[in-house]
Amino acid sequence: MRFSVVVEVRLREGVADPQGATIERSLPHLGFDGVRDVRVGKCIRFTIDSDDEAAARREVDELCARFLANPVIEDTEVRIGADVRTVLGR
Amino acid sequence: MTATVGVVLFPGSNCELDVIEAVRSLGGEARILWHGDRSVGDVDAVVVPGGFAHGDYLRPGAIARFSPIMSAVEKFAGDGGPVVGICNGFQVLTEAGLLPGALQKNRGLKFLCTTVEVRVESSASVLTENAEVGSVLRIPINHFEGNYTCSARTLADLRADDRVVLRYIENPNGATDDIAGICNDGRNVVGLMPHPERAANPMLGSGDGAVLLRSLLSSAGAVNSND
Repeated sequence: MRFSVVVEVRLREGVADPQGATIERSLPHLGFDGVRDVRVGKCIRFTIDSDDEAAARREVDELCARFLANPVIEDTEVRIGADVRTVLGR
Repeated sequence: MTATVGVVLFPGSNCELDVIEAVRSLGGEARILWHGDRSVGDVDAVVVPGGFAHGDYLRPGAIARFSPIMSAVEKFAGDGGPVVGICNGFQVLTEAGLLPGALQKNRGLKFLCTTVEVRVESSASVLTENAEVGSVLRIPINHFEGNYTCSARTLADLRADDRVVLRYIENPNGATDDIAGICNDGRNVVGLMPHPERAANPMLGSGDGAVLLRSLLSSAGAVNSND
């Protein structure tokens, strides 16, 4: 079966995020007051052939650990579904 | 016998010729190691140079670490061979797990291209053995992701084991504990953000990097004479 995968790579809690901080500082100039906790990450989409969803998840978890994220500074959140619309809840 | 330094060339590396030129000007020999090769050959030291290996796609060093040459570099380092990663090379070595921690985007999000002062904090490494502890070197930096970061545990280990080899006098990029360069447990693998090869001749504005490259050459020579 083919599954759609969306991986969110984000900086771990407590790791400084200079991109997020810069965006946050610029928002009041644009009239957006009250926006806080801006964090910038990456979103990686792909499809994967696997026997079932559990097997797909195992493979994606390993892919994340070995390649898509640097565990020293990043965490990942993996979402898997039949197609990308389902994954994104649209 | 003259020590030979192998300089790894990835697609996107751009400091390999500077390293070769600097090494030769100091009396060493140097040659390119292609990223697709599975062996480092008979070199006495390895330098992973600066640049943008594989375009820095995903993260700096994330793709380069899986190059065939990196398995050979890992084995060379495991056998005690001197390995130095400069700038992007430092990023590659952390991604490959040869050095702890990671290099994040600079505080302030500025690409930094300037000359900084770094203090030699330890002479117990292949890159600093000829340098005097406490001496201050003027060496250029040229990076966007040079903000060294690591867990509190790793930082404690680095400090306790005297493995911070270079610190910035004025921290340019937000690096944890002003760290500009570190070494591994065995002290034969060193990573640093400043570019000693660009400060190997006073004609370039500073000759302060020469003492570091000379250290590497003498470490490489020591490996050589043990053969």
